[in-house]
Amino acid sequence: MTARVAGAPVQVPRFERLSAIEYIAWLLALALVVWSFGAAAPPLDGVMKGLQRLFAPSGLIMQMFPPDLTRLDRVLWKLMETLQMAVAGCALGLVLALPLAILASDGLSPHPVVRILSRGLIAIFRTVPDLVWAIVFIIVVGLGPAAGVLAIMVDKIGFAGRFFAEAMEETDKGPREALAAIGATRLGIIFSAVIPAAMPSFMATSLFSLEKAVRGSIALGLVGAGGIGVDLKVAFDLFDYDQAATIIILILLLVLAVEQASGWVRRKLI
Amino acid sequence: MLQIEQSAARSLQPRTGAAKAAPVLVVSGLAMSFGNARVLDGIDLTVDAGSAVALIGANGAGKSTLLKCLVRLVEPCAGQIVLLGETVTGLRGPALRRFRSRVGVVWQKHNLVPRMSAHSNVIHGVQARESGPRTWLQCLAREEVRDEAYACLEAVGLGPQARQRADSLSGGQSQRVAIARMLMQRPELVLADEPDASLDPQVGEEVMELLYGLTKKKGLTLLVISHRLEHTVRFSDRIVGLGDGRITLDRSSRTADPDELRNFFSVRRS
Repeated sequence: MTARVAGAPVQVPRFERLSAIEYIAWLLALALVVWSFGAAAPPLDGVMKGLQRLFAPSGLIMQMFPPDLTRLDRVLWKLMETLQMAVAGCALGLVLALPLAILASDGLSPHPVVRILSRGLIAIFRTVPDLVWAIVFIIVVGLGPAAGVLAIMVDKIGFAGRFFAEAMEETDKGPREALAAIGATRLGIIFSAVIPAAMPSFMATSLFSLEKAVRGSIALGLVGAGGIGVDLKVAFDLFDYDQAATIIILILLLVLAVEQASGWVRRKLI
Repeated sequence: MLQIEQSAARSLQPRTGAAKAAPVLVVSGLAMSFGNARVLDGIDLTVDAGSAVALIGANGAGKSTLLKCLVRLVEPCAGQIVLLGETVTGLRGPALRRFRSRVGVVWQKHNLVPRMSAHSNVIHGVQARESGPRTWLQCLAREEVRDEAYACLEAVGLGPQARQRADSLSGGQSQRVAIARMLMQRPELVLADEPDASLDPQVGEEVMELLYGLTKKKGLTLLVISHRLEHTVRFSDRIVGLGDGRITLDRSSRTADPDELRNFFSVRRS
């Protein structure tokens, strides 16, 4: 062993040598990005021409202003309906997500088969897009906000179910074992030790779910599942761009208000 | 106030009257292995009702494993355990839960639910004999249960901290709450796995003094592990030493030779 001479360069390489497999992995990742850009990236000249069209005197942006406020009362009412759809669907989804998350949690589920089935159900709810659920529920309950509420509910079961299950699995095992050691029932352990410990995570997931539901509920209207999305689609279909501008501005204000409120609640509660 | 005193008196009484000096614990030929490592190798131990037995041994001697075997948190490989008149090794499902409810366990780590109040944590102890939502939170609990839990907190000197969250309590206070939760259980036998560990010497001594005093006051049997020689001698009637998976020492605490005991507090080299 030799002592380092003062002032001599440090004999620690700045970068570690990559193995052959790591080199290949990096090259493959780079090739994937280049290939994807080549196939799907928009041509720059096309984008520039499109932007010029958008901001031309007869273009979409110029036709949107000034926004048309003549039907403001109806738009506000539909905005309220959108919020109601989001809140109702989200509340139903969160309530149903909890028992499903318990059944899907490692260590809380009564049987491995139940756990696998519950996880599978949550995965289906999560991976199928909410627009597809909206179409399914329009077939079931017809056009209108009820289909939207059900679509949001199913989407939120998938979203919150996964995060609730992970939050419960990550809680400290100590309090559970302490209660198991005194003969507490499985439900007693879950509701006394697991859920209270996972509550901050539950609150964060629930508030994100609400934000996601409000944004999602607008898109659901585009397929006829109620809310202000229906009016937005009609405004664009009829080239009422000034009316569409009013709707978009109000949607923006609603989403911002919900995000601000949920952020405030999150800071206060967690 | 009278009601609280009555509750305290109730929690001071064992649930069934065990005959004094009759053995509450009979362990014969107990063996336990983790993989190829033999942790317990033919343990024979009898503990009389109302006595306080200190279990000593070097790190890895199998003390905690023995304690966990007694309540079947760890499954023994061989041997028989008769605790409180029940053959523990044969118990399953609800019978095992009922048996566990008769044994109070105080862990090295207090294992409290961090976001809940000290009062709620103590109320959880009632799950040893009751189940359902009214045992999950202090706000849902029956009045008698709330009073009894408060009396248990007063018994450990923490009445004024009843509403404080468990994660805001000091290590010593948390361990006292864990003792109060154990009292709430109304156990017939108390197992304590290094309740003085990770506490500073003075607080550790206070906790041991409290645990020993309360069990003596209630006529409960205590089986305690401690890594502090002075606590072992002071807070027990009998000292049992484990070495190489067997009982290699069994002395009255009054006649035990400190030099002989000191050998059991070294780190095992294997």
